[in-house]
Amino acid sequence: MSGHHDHGHGHGVPKPGGSGLGSPDAHHHPELGFWRKWVFSVDHKVIGCQYTVTALCFLFFGFCLMLLMRWQLAYPNQPIPIIGGLLPASMANAGVMLSDFYNSLGAMHGTIMVFLGVVPLAVGGFGNYVMPLQIGAPDMAFPRLNMASYWVYFCGGVVMLASFFMPGGAASSGWTSYAPLSVTATMGQTWWLVGMIFLITSSLLGSVNFIVTIIQLRVKGLTFFRLPFFVWAQFVTAFLLLLAFPPLEAAGVLQLMDRVAGTSFFMPSGLVISEVPLQNAGGGNPLLWQHLFWFLAHPEVYVLILPAFGIVAEIIAANTRKPLWGYKSLVYAVVFLGFMSFIVWAHHMFMTGMGTKMSNFFQTTTMIISIPSVVVLTCLILSLWGASIRFNVPMLFALAFLPMFAIGGLTGLPLGLTTSDVQLHDTYYVIAHFHYVVAPGTIFALFAGVYYWFPKVTGRALNETWGKVHFWLSLVFINGVFLPMFVQGMYGGHRRGYDPMVYDAYQQMPALMGMVKGISWSAWMLGVAQIPFIVNFIYTLAKGRKTAENPWQATTLEWAAPTPPPHGNFATAPTVYRGPYEYGVPGLANDYQPQHLA
Amino acid sequence: MSAEAIPYTVEPHPDTGVPNPKLGMWLFLASEVMLFGALFSSYILLRVGAEKWPHHTETGLNVPLATINTAVLILSSVTVVMAWYSLKIGDIAKGKLYILATILCAFGFLVIKYFEYSAKFEHYVLFQADGTEVHGHVTDRTSEFITFQPDAHGAAGSPPAAMQLPVADVESGAIKFTNLGPWFSNFYAVYFTLTGLHGLHVVGGIVVFVYLLLTANSWWAKHPEQFTNRIECTGLYWHFVDLVWIFLFPSLYLL
Amino acid sequence: MSAHHAAHKVDIEELKKSVRTYIAVFVTLLVLTGLTVGVAYFNLPIALAVVVALLIAIVKGSLVALFFMHLVHEVKVIYWTLALCVVFFIFLIFVPLATESNQSGIVARSPSLVLGAGEHGHQEGQAGEH
Repeated sequence: MSGHHDHGHGHGVPKPGGSGLGSPDAHHHPELGFWRKWVFSVDHKVIGCQYTVTALCFLFFGFCLMLLMRWQLAYPNQPIPIIGGLLPASMANAGVMLSDFYNSLGAMHGTIMVFLGVVPLAVGGFGNYVMPLQIGAPDMAFPRLNMASYWVYFCGGVVMLASFFMPGGAASSGWTSYAPLSVTATMGQTWWLVGMIFLITSSLLGSVNFIVTIIQLRVKGLTFFRLPFFVWAQFVTAFLLLLAFPPLEAAGVLQLMDRVAGTSFFMPSGLVISEVPLQNAGGGNPLLWQHLFWFLAHPEVYVLILPAFGIVAEIIAANTRKPLWGYKSLVYAVVFLGFMSFIVWAHHMFMTGMGTKMSNFFQTTTMIISIPSVVVLTCLILSLWGASIRFNVPMLFALAFLPMFAIGGLTGLPLGLTTSDVQLHDTYYVIAHFHYVVAPGTIFALFAGVYYWFPKVTGRALNETWGKVHFWLSLVFINGVFLPMFVQGMYGGHRRGYDPMVYDAYQQMPALMGMVKGISWSAWMLGVAQIPFIVNFIYTLAKGRKTAENPWQATTLEWAAPTPPPHGNFATAPTVYRGPYEYGVPGLANDYQPQHLA
Repeated sequence: MSAEAIPYTVEPHPDTGVPNPKLGMWLFLASEVMLFGALFSSYILLRVGAEKWPHHTETGLNVPLATINTAVLILSSVTVVMAWYSLKIGDIAKGKLYILATILCAFGFLVIKYFEYSAKFEHYVLFQADGTEVHGHVTDRTSEFITFQPDAHGAAGSPPAAMQLPVADVESGAIKFTNLGPWFSNFYAVYFTLTGLHGLHVVGGIVVFVYLLLTANSWWAKHPEQFTNRIECTGLYWHFVDLVWIFLFPSLYLL
Repeated sequence: MSAHHAAHKVDIEELKKSVRTYIAVFVTLLVLTGLTVGVAYFNLPIALAVVVALLIAIVKGSLVALFFMHLVHEVKVIYWTLALCVVFFIFLIFVPLATESNQSGIVARSPSLVLGAGEHGHQEGQAGEH
């Protein structure tokens, strides 16, 4: 079984390009019209950009939903300034947010950020654009499937947004949609379920594409242990999406049946709502929903973090000018992490009455799964030792990721231990924990990725000064939002509460309410801090400073393609001669050796 | 075909030994295993946790019809693998015949399913005040009354008299009267959902096979090896659909 | 191209043999179907009935997978994918059941809000998170 081959048949290797930047086989097919080129494109780069722009819009929208919630929390039952009067009667009463609307905002904020924002950006955006380039492939293994993935995601997004206009508003049973509340909720929940089915389908199609591409389309010389860590991260992520999502799809169908066909999969016997007994058959189990939901949703959180690990690793390697410390450890750690992520899910269910045998089992697996995360973080931190660090904007975000993720990860430990979870479950402590990993964690890594790869995609560099302003303001305010939440949670602050003042703790401790206000103001300032980024992004697209082909002097293959890469990516398929992080090799003229140079 | 040449779309990768679509299909099937796994897991949890669950002789399901359906699906698996074999040895005519046979078997499966389902929807149950169930059919329906004809119960003599049930009472729930749809009990919920989703997968398979049959001639003329691979990949999906039924059939009808 | 053809011709002999395998598997599957239906008429105690039915189904399924889906001579990457999938499948089938079981075994009652029901260690009306 030889690793190297030379196929004489015309199928394998793209032919040498015609002129300059032209696509390798431009002579094959006529120029595509506008719709086939920019809307229904099968080119992974166009699709990656579509995912990126759509996901950034959803991230912004989901963020705005939360900004609205923060008003109600900081100034309970007071009219929302400026827009309060504009909200319809279904959402606000004389400018004061209705509790049902608050619940919708909460459920949709979570859903949109996770399923429409972060994952599409991290996987659909960055994964789609960068991964095929990093393995030297001309495109994904199934380009049309790729296009279908994007448009199914887009439809799912439209369905989710449309649910706001349903009678009764959008879904309001949490992003977790626990039964029986979700089964008896208004029509928005049905739309949520339909939207999720679209999004899950999109994910499944995408994950098949990613796995086949990484296994089959690596260029000559690119063995698995020469892959950039970003590709390994996407590879494991794809497996998580492939195998963990289907149970949620099944659960979604079951909940749809409960809502629409009157079944009782999740509905217990004898349920009475507003003194009216339900007419269904009963005999169902609400905990079944929780098992099926969390079977996906736990691996989902690793889907949220793994691409971030990948992005941060690439940026650290390029900006420390030395190889990543412990490349093999990193790889084994994320593979082990991926596997373990399937067997920890019920740590979200410690309070549901399971026996000590099973809760001990899940507590143990949860403790074990913290080890590979620590390994990854340690390797990345040790990579900084003795390095010539270049403090550009991507590196600032990547460096900030490390302590932020550390805080998020460490604060997860008391939640994974059953005893301490009794106190902390369903409090703001939980919200602080998971936001630390996703917000100053993953989202910072995604910002880093935008600043890092923007020159590759557009040939222009985002403005460094405004990038630094964006970074520092975001870092300060995001900590202002989430750090106090740990304290708020430890004082017993319930999550998903519409009005803090109904609880004794807030009534008796003005400092606590002061904290809530402080968090809200930090959140609004965080919103303002994104303005430099948005303006920078749009302005640079139009008029930004043009850069060199490989401005970071990085070694991985995407920097070897022309800027921006044409259809088919490489005029001739590159050959890989070495590992991905040959920086600072002693005795060489350059302080880096690209993978593809002989 | 997409613009640039993607390697290993038709020929196998030298290291893995498979072409891209085959690997892709197996990965997709792995995800389908998880999908049906979740459904089976739900079935198991609900059944083990249920106060009462009908014995397989009292479910009202038509076991002989379902056994025939099982045989039909197994036959369709044979026809699809024979289709691939015919194409592999270059016989496009036989190949198309076997694809057609597969489609016909699949249709047959759905037709039998239709009879099974409609029998359930036409079967009504009236829950009387003393807790007994009266099974029967609806013979007439006006805006005011539903005419319910109970089925004869064993004992000799003429069938019991038809009952006139006021529509208003049925709709308000004062009279508990329903047909055997998924809402009737968790057994029926599981039965309809699992077989329904399986049936949707059958429909999906039919759509793809019909497309392949209709385009067979032009595919065979230009890309015979790729066409053969496509039949193989669709066949893999189809065998999986058969495999799911092999587990569904005893789980729902015989246990 | 002629080397390609020669390899192709050798394959045809192998393929012709496999047709007999397909027919044999088909007949076996039909027999096993009849067997599983027949066993049902013995009305075995439920635990035994499940084991027997599952065993027969596994044999039938394996025949379909190994011979119709050609798994008997497939490549490693596919075996590994399926192995991974099987591990998680087993977890998905057994762990929720184990989690919802009480101390003394695999009897797990669905939560019921009907007063008087809800023995077996589940609190009445307390299931699910608040």
